[in-house]
Amino acid sequence: MGSRASSLLREEDIEEIKKETGFSHSQITRLYSRFHSLDKGENGALSREDFQRIPELAINPLGDRIINAFFPEGEDQVNFRGFMRTLAHFRPVEDNEKNKDPDAGEPLNSRNNKLLFAFRLYDLDRDDKISRDELLQVLRMMVGVNISDEQLGSIADRTIQEADTNGDSCISFSEFIKALEKVDVEQKMSIRFLH
Amino acid sequence: MWSTKVLRGLRHPSVLLLLIPFLAVGPAGTLPSPSPSNFSSSEEGDSNVHASDKHPETFQVFTVDYSHVQVPFEIALWIMLASLAKLAFHWSSRLPAIMPESCLLIMVGLLVGGAIYGVRNTPPPTLSADVFFLFLLPPIILDAGYFLPGRVFFENLGTIMLYAMPGTLWNTLGIGFSLYGLCLVVPGEALKELSLFHCLQFGSLISAVDPVAVLSVFEEMHVNEQLHILVFGESLLNDATALVLYRLFESFLRMPTLTGFDVLLGAFEVLAVGTGGVLVGIFFGLVAALVTRFTARAQVIAPLFVFLFSYLCYLTSEMLHISGFFAIMTCAVSMKQYVEANISEKSHTTIKYFLKMWSSVSETLIFIFLGVSTIQDEHMWNWPFVTCTLLLCLLWRAMGVLILTACINRVRHNHVTFRDQFIIAYGGLRGAICFSLVFLMDDFPLKKLLITTTITEVLFTVFVQGMTIKPLVELLEVSKKSEECSLGLEIHCRVLDHLIAGIEEVVGYSGQHHWKEKFDHFNTKYLRKILVRPDKRPKSSLVRLYQKLERRDQRREEERKDEEGVAESPQTPRVLLPEEMNSIRKILANNLHNFNRRCSTLEYGATYSRHRLNPEFLMDRNTTVTPASHHPLYRPVSLADHMRPTLSTQWEHEYEDRDSNGRRLSQSLTACNTTDGALSSPNGPAELHPDTGTDDSAAPGSSSQDQEQNCRRSTSTTSRGPKKLSFVFENEKNRK
Repeated sequence: MGSRASSLLREEDIEEIKKETGFSHSQITRLYSRFHSLDKGENGALSREDFQRIPELAINPLGDRIINAFFPEGEDQVNFRGFMRTLAHFRPVEDNEKNKDPDAGEPLNSRNNKLLFAFRLYDLDRDDKISRDELLQVLRMMVGVNISDEQLGSIADRTIQEADTNGDSCISFSEFIKALEKVDVEQKMSIRFLH
Repeated sequence: MWSTKVLRGLRHPSVLLLLIPFLAVGPAGTLPSPSPSNFSSSEEGDSNVHASDKHPETFQVFTVDYSHVQVPFEIALWIMLASLAKLAFHWSSRLPAIMPESCLLIMVGLLVGGAIYGVRNTPPPTLSADVFFLFLLPPIILDAGYFLPGRVFFENLGTIMLYAMPGTLWNTLGIGFSLYGLCLVVPGEALKELSLFHCLQFGSLISAVDPVAVLSVFEEMHVNEQLHILVFGESLLNDATALVLYRLFESFLRMPTLTGFDVLLGAFEVLAVGTGGVLVGIFFGLVAALVTRFTARAQVIAPLFVFLFSYLCYLTSEMLHISGFFAIMTCAVSMKQYVEANISEKSHTTIKYFLKMWSSVSETLIFIFLGVSTIQDEHMWNWPFVTCTLLLCLLWRAMGVLILTACINRVRHNHVTFRDQFIIAYGGLRGAICFSLVFLMDDFPLKKLLITTTITEVLFTVFVQGMTIKPLVELLEVSKKSEECSLGLEIHCRVLDHLIAGIEEVVGYSGQHHWKEKFDHFNTKYLRKILVRPDKRPKSSLVRLYQKLERRDQRREEERKDEEGVAESPQTPRVLLPEEMNSIRKILANNLHNFNRRCSTLEYGATYSRHRLNPEFLMDRNTTVTPASHHPLYRPVSLADHMRPTLSTQWEHEYEDRDSNGRRLSQSLTACNTTDGALSSPNGPAELHPDTGTDDSAAPGSSSQDQEQNCRRSTSTTSRGPKKLSFVFENEKNRK
């Protein structure tokens, strides 16, 4: 499994991914073999059906949204680079991570970027605001079919009311950050990628 | 009398409260046990005979028959003493800041014990192990388990179990071997009788961190959730290990020979005890949840099932010699979510308050008995042994925590910091469990020494460590608990959980979230269907949280209104539910009937006086009743003709025909009656008839809006109508 998969992945690619995402060499090769096992069509890219084949993702309430998050705007296929880029958001934040390159920008797994990723789960139309409808959609997915629309509406209204500071009945990204300021997002949104 | 002397000395009024039970307990204090009651009843028979023999002539008008009520009377007095002590403690504002409650209670116990000793010159009753384990301890553990913050607990379960099991083993072996070494080293004959297994047994019981003591100290500190759950969870879980090790060494002591095989069996016993406890707990918990599903018609006894099943669970596991602690905790944790869904709000409050009350009383009694039992004749003091025990306990615990934390931090996301580690090590208070276990030990010459040492250790930890831990927490700036509870936060955290579970799936990593997701799925699909009442099933915890927050806000709003004295609640639009609809219909059926009776008398005159009409049908004539709509007055007469039993069909009939003015009158009538200030709904009468379909909603909508507004103005003048309806809605609300 290992040798065949890694032969398709070149050293330069690994280096680039390493620089972009901060994963280690072994993590990248391990994730590549996972990518490869998901890629049933063997065309070096994953489609939505490949994701939907993962059994537990199907029962996850937010499964569709999560799958969507992997695919860049308007595309149907995601290659390994894109896959790693999305997964990089979930790398644990290390304290000793000093960015040697000052203009490399914020690392993908910073708190801000993690929160942005979560924000984009709600905000499908990318207008940088979570409207009442978008919130309702997510609530409906999580809560199931047995709650009435009015109740769900009241819950959504209350949520927006709690977070909304500028009175536009939408949750902007800054309001979202503020609502989650007490939550340890760096820890919550991190997965231990085995070395 | 000694009591008057004491009275003269004391100035502080609250302490006087404590003296009341003193006076009664003093002369009569014996620890109640089942046998005296049998005894006393037979005695009573004798004494009655004696009494009649001795005083055959005089008729006894006023008798005091104490032996008849002795047992329950004394139990009640002890509990009274405990509660008064607690009251006095909280009355003073300075005391709670300096020392934890447990310290004061032990001091009260010491005083009472001293008083009893002084009066009767014999040692006061000691805490019987049976009473402790069977009656006093279960409420506390049940309370702890029921209100355990489940989420945090399970997230930290690995860490907690690591501290509890290997940690306790480490402590036991460390303390045991060190003490044995001490016994060998110390010159003289004092300690030679203590064999290795005695030391190990002592080590096992002294390393049992006590949840009661820990709870009483940590509760006042409000440290952050994670630290609290680590210390508390560890104290709960390590008792199982300690108890098993204790019994293990006890049986080793009793056995003439010992093989390695026996030691291995002992290790297996630990596992068996733990898993057995969990399984029994889950079984009882699920059965209890199932039973509460059917308590809709007998809501008053629903709390009783919760208590009974938990207690039975505890007793069953004690009978099987498996860990009662694990069992009762698992029972409480597993039944909680289903029971909460099944029972009414009031039952839930009842359970909460009863649990808190019982556990509070138990805790207080335990500490007081600790104090009382300290006053004894049988102390044996040995400086090296006692001081070394104190030091070794602290030392081994600190080492254990350090080493284990170093191991666990490699695996955990957020590390347990050094501050947290210090608090965990320092917060390992010993309490009544060690105490009762040492009394249970088999008799041997140096048992008194061990008892004394245990008492010293318990007193030391509770007083010294208990009193200093709070300032230390402040000093080290341990992060405190944040009190917020908001809906948005819950939703976002939920979303993040699902997100992480999904990503873990994609990566193929079976982490914590993966299993949680799987369990949630299984729970919703199978367990909830069986265990939760059908009509209550759909409620998701988000909805429950929302309702809880709404209720809280409503309460705050009412309190605020009470303070301000102004009733200015905003009119929130409210959708009418089917029950309300039926009640509306019933009222209107009655009232329209009355109206029709009255109107039939008005048939002949356009002059109708507002004073003769039922006020709830009053309309503001200036605004709505135009000359053209005088005719509608005759229309209600025909209502009487057309009056049919089912009002809904009557209304349908009215609504289908929209042309005549009469419709508007009846519409406005219904609009007036149903849309009072508190329930203005934007769709007005159209809402009332969900079965007439949406085709009705369009046209009456606009006209009814106008009527509505007029009615709103008019209904302010009519007091009876809206009040009647709001009364109905209050009933509906209360019934739900």
